This record gives sequence, C-alpha cells and structure tokens, in this order.
Amino acid sequence: MSDLSIHSLKEKLEQISIKSLLLPLCGIIIFIMLWQVGASRVHTSLGVFPGPAVVYEQWGNLISEHQSERVKEQRFYERQEDRIAKRQAKDPDYVGKIRSYTGKPTFFDQIFTSLYTVLAGFGLACLIAIPLGILIGLNNAVYSALNPVIQVFKPVSPLAWLPLVTMVVSATYVSDDPIFSKSFLTSMFTVTLCCMWPTLINTAVGVAAVEKDLLNVSKVLRLGWFTHVMKIVIPSAIPLMFTGLRLSLGIAWMVLIAAEMLAQNPGLGKFVWDEFQNGSSNSLGRIMVAVLMIGFIGFLLDRAMLMVQRFVSWDKTQILR
Amino acid sequence: MATHLDISQVSIEFPTPKGAFKALDGVNLKINKGEFVSLIGHSGCGKSTVLNIVAGLYDATEGGVLLDGKEVKGPGPERAVVFQNHSLLPWLTSYQNVELAVKQVFKKTKSKKEMHDWIMHNLDLVHMTHAADKRPDEISGGMKQRVGIARALAMEPSVLLMDEPFGALDALTRAHLQDSLMEIQKDLNNTVIMITHDVDEAVLLSDRIIMMTNGPAATIGEILDVDLPRPRDRLALANDAKYVDYRAQVLTFLYEKQRKVEPINGNAKATSSSAAKVANA
Ligand SMILES: Nc1ncnc2c1ncn2[C@@H]1O[C@H](COP(=O)(O)OP(=O)(O)OP(=O)(O)O)[C@@H](O)[C@H]1O
Ligand SMILES: [Mg+2]
Repeated sequence: MSDLSIHSLKEKLEQISIKSLLLPLCGIIIFIMLWQVGASRVHTSLGVFPGPAVVYEQWGNLISEHQSERVKEQRFYERQEDRIAKRQAKDPDYVGKIRSYTGKPTFFDQIFTSLYTVLAGFGLACLIAIPLGILIGLNNAVYSALNPVIQVFKPVSPLAWLPLVTMVVSATYVSDDPIFSKSFLTSMFTVTLCCMWPTLINTAVGVAAVEKDLLNVSKVLRLGWFTHVMKIVIPSAIPLMFTGLRLSLGIAWMVLIAAEMLAQNPGLGKFVWDEFQNGSSNSLGRIMVAVLMIGFIGFLLDRAMLMVQRFVSWDKTQILR
Repeated sequence: MATHLDISQVSIEFPTPKGAFKALDGVNLKINKGEFVSLIGHSGCGKSTVLNIVAGLYDATEGGVLLDGKEVKGPGPERAVVFQNHSLLPWLTSYQNVELAVKQVFKKTKSKKEMHDWIMHNLDLVHMTHAADKRPDEISGGMKQRVGIARALAMEPSVLLMDEPFGALDALTRAHLQDSLMEIQKDLNNTVIMITHDVDEAVLLSDRIIMMTNGPAATIGEILDVDLPRPRDRLALANDAKYVDYRAQVLTFLYEKQRKVEPINGNAKATSSSAAKVANA
C-alpha cells in the first residue's frame, strides 16, 4: 500500500472515531456536568436532588442488595433441604415439601418482570395489529368500517384503560392454579391496548400504498390472494410496518411503567412508587437510578427492533436510524 | 391470415370530478399472429389506455377485445405486459422475478427442473444470466428492462404488450435493446403491440405503425404498413429511400396533421402573443 492511501485510511478512521465516539462522549460529559451543577441547587424535603455521584453510589447499593438477597434465597432453600434430609434419615417414607422463597423482589427482579411483561404485551399487540392492518390496508370497506373505532381508541391513555382491564381480568380469569398472575395479565393487556395502534395504522397505510405498477404485475400474473400478500404487499409495506412497530414498542415501554406505578403491579414502575412512598434519604437517588435504567432499556429495545428490521428488510443498503 | 387479436369499437370514459372524460372513441384494430405493431401518438392521447384495455387492466366502456375469438375479461398472463418503468419487484433478484411469473404460469405443466431451465433460458434470451442473482437496484436501467422483457417472454404470452419499454433509456442502450428485441422476435415470432414515442424505433421494429389522433376522444388516425425486409439493420436502413419515406410519413402525421398546440404553464401568454405576431407578419 502506498503512503498516500495509508494516510487517507488513517484520516478516515479519525473521522469515524470523532463522529461516532468523541461527539457522543462530549455530549454525555456536558450533561453530567450540568446535572451535577443543577442538582446541588435543588432542595427537596428528602434532601438535595441526587447528583451523578449519589446515583452511582445507589447503583452500587442496588447491586449489593440484589446479591445479598440471592444469597438469602439460596440459604433458605438449603435450610429446607437440610431439614427434609434429616427427617428422611429417621423416617424414609417422609416426603418433604419445599416452600418457595418469598423475599422482596430486588431492583433487578423488577427489571426482569418489566421486560417480559412489555415483550408479552407488545407481542400480543403485533399478533393483533399486523394481520388486522394488512386486512384494513387491502380492503377499503374494512377500512371504512374500522376507521372510526381506531381513531377513537388510539388516543386513549393507559390510565383510563387500567381500571377496566383490572376489573375484567379479575372477573374472567379465575383459576385455582393460575399460570400467569393477575397483575401480569393486567399490565400486559393494558400495554397491548395502548401500543397496538401505531403498528395497526402504519401497516394499513403501508399496505394501501403499494405501487400501482406492482399491483398491475400481480394482476397480470393472476397471483392468488396469499401469494399476492406474501410476495407483493408485505415486502412493500415492511418499512412503514417497522416505523409502526418501533413507535409501538416505545409506547409499550412507557405505558408499562405508568401502569405498574398506578396499579402497584410488580415491575420497575412499582419500584419507583415504593421508593417514593418509602421516602428515605436514599429514595431520590434510587429513583434516579430507575429513571436512567428505564431510559437505557427503552433505548436498547429500540436498537433491538432496528436490528430485527435490518435483518428482515430486503434493502440492506437502506440507512436506518 | 386469421385475425389473432381483434380490438373492435373500443371507447372508454373515465369518471372525473368534472364529469366523464372520454379518452378513446371507436378504436378498431385487427392484428395477425406474429405481427409486430407499434402505437405512436402525442403524449396523453390514449396509447397506454389502449394497451391497458387489451391487457384487461381497464374495462372498455363500449366495444371489446377478442383474442382468438374469445372476449378478453380481466388481466392474465397470456397477455403479458412489459411496463414502462420495468416494474420488477425490488425485493426479488432477477431470477426470482422471472421465477414468480414462471411458477404462476407453469406450476401444473412443468417440473421444478424444467422451470429452472426455462427461467435460465429466458434470462439468456436477454443476455442477463450473469446478473440472475442481483436485485433490481444492483443493475442498470437497461438491464432491468431486459429482465422485465424476460419475465414477460417467460409467460409464453400469445400477445406481448409493451408500454414504451425503452422510453427511459439512453440512446445507445436503447439501440442495443432494439436489436436484441428484433433477434428475439425473429426466433419466437411473438405477436407484439408496442407503444413508442420514437419514430425511428417504430419504423425499425414494426410491421405496422398505428398513428393515433390527439385526445380527448382519440382514435386511430392512420395506419402505415412498413414493408422492409428482415432482418433489418439500422445502419443500412439509415439511407434507404423507403425507410426515409416511412419516417417522413410518420413525422408528417405527428407534426403537421396532429400538431399538438399545448401552452406550457407560465409561458402561455408569451407563446400566444408571439404566435399572434407571427400571424400578423
Ligand atoms: N385512470 C384515469 N382516470 C382519468 N383519466 C385518465 C385515466 N387514465 C388516463 N386518463 C386520461 O386519458 C388520456 C390518455 O391517457 P394515456 O395514459 O392513455 O395517454 P398516453 O398516450 O399513454 O400518454 P403518454 O405517452 O404520456 O404515456 C389522458 O388525457 C389521461 O389524462
Ligand atoms: Mg402512456
């Protein structure tokens, strides 16, 4: 390689690293500085608003709490097993029953709960919204029939759905040995009801906007309904469909936190609410950790969706952001 | 020779907000098997509308189209269309685009292996086997148009309909594709209706040139029989007296008999005033 091209390569690398690393880093540093300065000036009844250092400390506390909780849990089970083993040594017919551990869920348990709830709610929303969106986009009559309903339900806030969903779930989901807890179902259905609309509408618009020439190709070939949908309609609707899916997932995550706070359902929302009720001097710092975590997870969810879109979309050169 | 395609008394009205718009009025045309016919006329006169009616994409308000004595109802692969802007599915490779058509037409009559061979054969006809696995956005405009032609040919249509197939291409690519098309036509002897804006293209390729009057209520103005021996060679023909004469006849029709006076927006005033000056002088 010549000197020149090595040089230009170096230049390019520098440009890339400036753009993709240095600038975001600058942004983060400036934010943290402003936060530090601003926070120290805000006084609340629970003390000074937490700055970055306090939040970092609370993050450490939350991790160690989680670890000690896990240790407790393990000990709890070991004790039970010990006891059962001893009884069995005396009386071989004895069948021991192991009770499950009912400690307080830690921050990380709550994250996990929120994550699978949001994914379940979003998944259900997709299962409803995508086929329905395709149907609406393909058929003007169905569109005209459903449009008013969609337009009315679309702007409904999760707070309005929550009581209804709660009542319906407790009335209809009665079983002695429930697979899902009621709180999970309530959160999940609320998420589904609130987040399905962008996917539904964008899918319908994408399907309705298939290029006329491609529709003519399909007609000339006399493609059957299924082939037509699979080969022509869905591929052309995919970009808009994913716009809708990403909006939906974003809404799902926001709605879930609000629903958990309001309904006291397990999850990050409940963590925030509990800390707020708790009102210790650490609370604000811990809530701030939760806020950052909520944001970070929301960001990761969106990135994950983007990756799925990259994988599914046929145009790999398309710039997605 | 028996009439293969019979367009008889076709008229069409489009509903518009300002009332019905009669685009075509009483179009009559009989086309024989293996004939290459081109439609020429000013923009907006209704060429695409004629083609779309034959394709079955539009329904004539009056009259109808008979193919081998049977009335045409709705679109179908026996009347394959090569669209102006290729209309390949952008998410499929060249091979898959042709495959979609072949699977649809021959799923009952050809085995998998036969279908594969048939797809490759048609891509080979348009010299596109080298790009079989490329998607439309990875090949040039001329190549896309070739794949579009291969897709249409692969349906083994009884009539091949082409709406300005080379309209969007540069002159060199266009000449190249015209030559390819003549070669394919020599081998397969398809019945072809082609729309064109290009007088040279019309004379070079056609057995007959159908010249359409300006719309609204457009119809067939004149029909020119092109009696030039095949194979035709563009260079040799350039100075051929007959060729030059045919060319002149088409040009006369387009630019004298059916002169299109359409003010261009904004310049409308200037044009009319300068026209007035000319009239005064
Ligand atoms: N679906 C439609 N609805 C209303 N009017 C139409 C429709 N399709 C075509 N027209 C009108 O019919 C006339 C003929 O249109 P057409 O597309 O057949 O012209 P064309 O000769 O193919 O023109 P070009 O050479 O520019 O493609 C035009 O005036 C056009 O505005
Ligand atoms: Mg046209």
